[in-house]
Amino acid sequence: MVSPMNAPQQTPRPAQTGSAQTSSAQTGLVQTGLAEPARAGFGAPAPAASPVPEPRMTARNVNLWYGQKQALFEVSLDIPKHQVTALIGPSGCGKSTFLRCLNRMNDTIEGVRMEGDIRLDGRDIYDRSIDVVELRQAVGMVFQKPNPFPKSIYDNIAYGPRIHGLAQDKAELDEIVENSLKGAGLWTEVQDRLDTPGNSLSGGQQQRLCIARAIAVSPEVILMDEPCSALDPIATAHIEELIDALRANFTIAIVTHNMQQAARVSQKTAFFHLGKLIEHDDTEQIFTNPRQSMTQDYITGRFG
Amino acid sequence: MTDLAQPLPAAGFQIRPRRLSPEASRARTRSRYAAEQRFKLVGLLAVLTSLGLLALLLSTVVLQGYSAFVQTQIRLPVALNAAELDPDGRRDPAALAKADYAAVLNDALYRLFPEVTERRAKRALRGLLSTGAAIQLRQAVLAEPGLIGTTAELWLLASDDIDQLFKGFVDRSSAQADRRVTDAELGWVATLEQTGRIETTFNKWLFTNGDSREPELAGVWGAIVGSFYMMLVTLCLAVPLGVGAALYLEEFAPKNNRWVDLIEVNINNLAAVPSIVFGLLGLAIYLQLFGLPRSAPLVGGLTLALMTLPIIVVATRAALRAVPPSIRQAALGIGASKIQMVTDHVLPLAMPGILTGTIIGMAHALGETAPLLMIGMVAFIMNVPAGPLDPATVLPVQIYLWADSPERAFTERTAAAIMILLGFLLLMNLFAVILRQRLQTKW
Ligand SMILES: Nc1ncnc2c1ncn2[C@@H]1O[C@H](COP(=O)(O)OP(=O)(O)O)[C@@H](O)[C@H]1O
Ligand SMILES: [Mg+2]
Repeated sequence: MVSPMNAPQQTPRPAQTGSAQTSSAQTGLVQTGLAEPARAGFGAPAPAASPVPEPRMTARNVNLWYGQKQALFEVSLDIPKHQVTALIGPSGCGKSTFLRCLNRMNDTIEGVRMEGDIRLDGRDIYDRSIDVVELRQAVGMVFQKPNPFPKSIYDNIAYGPRIHGLAQDKAELDEIVENSLKGAGLWTEVQDRLDTPGNSLSGGQQQRLCIARAIAVSPEVILMDEPCSALDPIATAHIEELIDALRANFTIAIVTHNMQQAARVSQKTAFFHLGKLIEHDDTEQIFTNPRQSMTQDYITGRFG
Repeated sequence: MTDLAQPLPAAGFQIRPRRLSPEASRARTRSRYAAEQRFKLVGLLAVLTSLGLLALLLSTVVLQGYSAFVQTQIRLPVALNAAELDPDGRRDPAALAKADYAAVLNDALYRLFPEVTERRAKRALRGLLSTGAAIQLRQAVLAEPGLIGTTAELWLLASDDIDQLFKGFVDRSSAQADRRVTDAELGWVATLEQTGRIETTFNKWLFTNGDSREPELAGVWGAIVGSFYMMLVTLCLAVPLGVGAALYLEEFAPKNNRWVDLIEVNINNLAAVPSIVFGLLGLAIYLQLFGLPRSAPLVGGLTLALMTLPIIVVATRAALRAVPPSIRQAALGIGASKIQMVTDHVLPLAMPGILTGTIIGMAHALGETAPLLMIGMVAFIMNVPAGPLDPATVLPVQIYLWADSPERAFTERTAAAIMILLGFLLLMNLFAVILRQRLQTKW
């Protein structure tokens, strides 16, 4: 694999078939030889990666304005199931904005207007019949800066399941908390201090707590907006491993500034520039043989 | 390379380094330090000045008022003649209550000073005791009917002039016409003092009585109870309305809406409206329009609620705004509804600020006088109110009323009432500080 990555990489990654679209297997359930990652225990184990990605989310011709200023131009992108899609591009190019379209977090910003069509499993998420509360349960989000609630570790995780009524009793809630923390690779570190405040953890642990909080409500998709930008390299490596493991159960879209990170954790990469989606393809393709010269310039660090 | 690359500075361009000479650099450092020192000094001076002024104010009040916390009493041998107090001998409380205790006391005084025979002198002698002494005697007899038929030694309230004399606030060397006590009274008090029959004791009446025309009988309890009912009404009205309004404006109201902007401007201005205007408003609305009773804590509370409302709204909005947006995003991000976000996360985090604002607003209301004057709360009211609809007075108005009275004994009571009011304000602020720390150090 020829890519600009040079950082240490512990996570085994499945070999990606170059052109996924030409594969004949429509089922998309081809098990790769990937070692089974630690799993949170949500539902049936899903394939770690499929050569024929079936889109979990689709965005078509998305335009978005902040007041008068247009931030996204005709963006069309698929987020394939059980894969990690990385959104890259220079800052201010609309990566976060696009990510927020996927769980309608932009609704909370005053003066935002959006056009276009975004679907989750074929359902239009901007349809009037969709409850944004349910949408955000299905499409969770992890933010740039770790933002645990100023509550105990337990309550941080339990809050989501509580408000969505996912647990019948305390035992079930305990189980969700344990599984979520296990899924986020945090259980062994915090199991004997679940009642200590979430913000007493280190930055990397806090971010994993936020990931555990996101997976506790059993989402389909997890959106991550530069989840490692506030973390040190070791914590970053931890999260990257975790992302790779989470892919088995969830579909992930991640914004990152870090080319190596995109290359390490993602299967698909989308390159944004000035609000436009310049190119998107298999990560390997983007990093080895991009079609656009602009993409080439960006990933080789000539601007950004 | 595409046009996207940043243009580099032209080759050959150089930034010439500029350095200060060592002397100039030292001089700059010195002047910087000097400026810092000057600034510190000025700040320290400002702090010391304000502390000094505060100390002056407090010491004046304390010096004037400390003597009101004790009260002069006279010990009299009172002959409780059964035939006089209880003619039918059945010790019936109703009958006992009706007896003429003032006459009994007068007799006791005449017997103590047998040399006083002239009518006018006798009247002056009767004036040694407060009019409240007869009530004290009746209470003593009713509490212990066994005293009847004996001669009891009883401590009884002295009149305010004697009280002031005994506390040393009368200049004995001045001419008789210039002071409120006569030479004869001076002599009687001297006799009482020699025989150990006059003493000061803790002034419990100050804390248990309502207002009175007689300074020695006047207390702040009526005003405290009145203030309590009034604050209760204010609290029940201003806090839910203020916090609710702030929550709506901050969390739910559409931003950049002309109507919302108008409301915001008005609320901010309302916080700066002179309090007497709220009094006029209360007079026009509550008394004239709704016909509520004058001088009632209910009306006072309603009026002060109007005044406190903007303070609470402004403080609550500031507290809500201080909650980090990341917490709101976190809540919304896992699918909390807006209400859940507010009640589960934003409100608890804003609570210390809201409580502080509320307590400051309430403290403000507790010390307010002007609007209450407008709604007729300046009446002289002796009874302790039993509910928010009874006519009542409140602490600051009580202070205002006493400050208006000419007697020296009321002057010291004014200062004492100020101390009590300040005590309550201090308690409220302390409560605010403790609450804030309690709620904040939790995490
Ligand atoms: N809340 C907002 N209000 C107005 N403009 C915004 C807002 N958020 C982002 N923008 C603008 O939208 C553009 C894209 O921003 P963003 O999506 O945050 O970029 P990225 O995440 O790629 O760095 C930027 O030009 C930014 O200034
Ligand atoms: Mg961003």
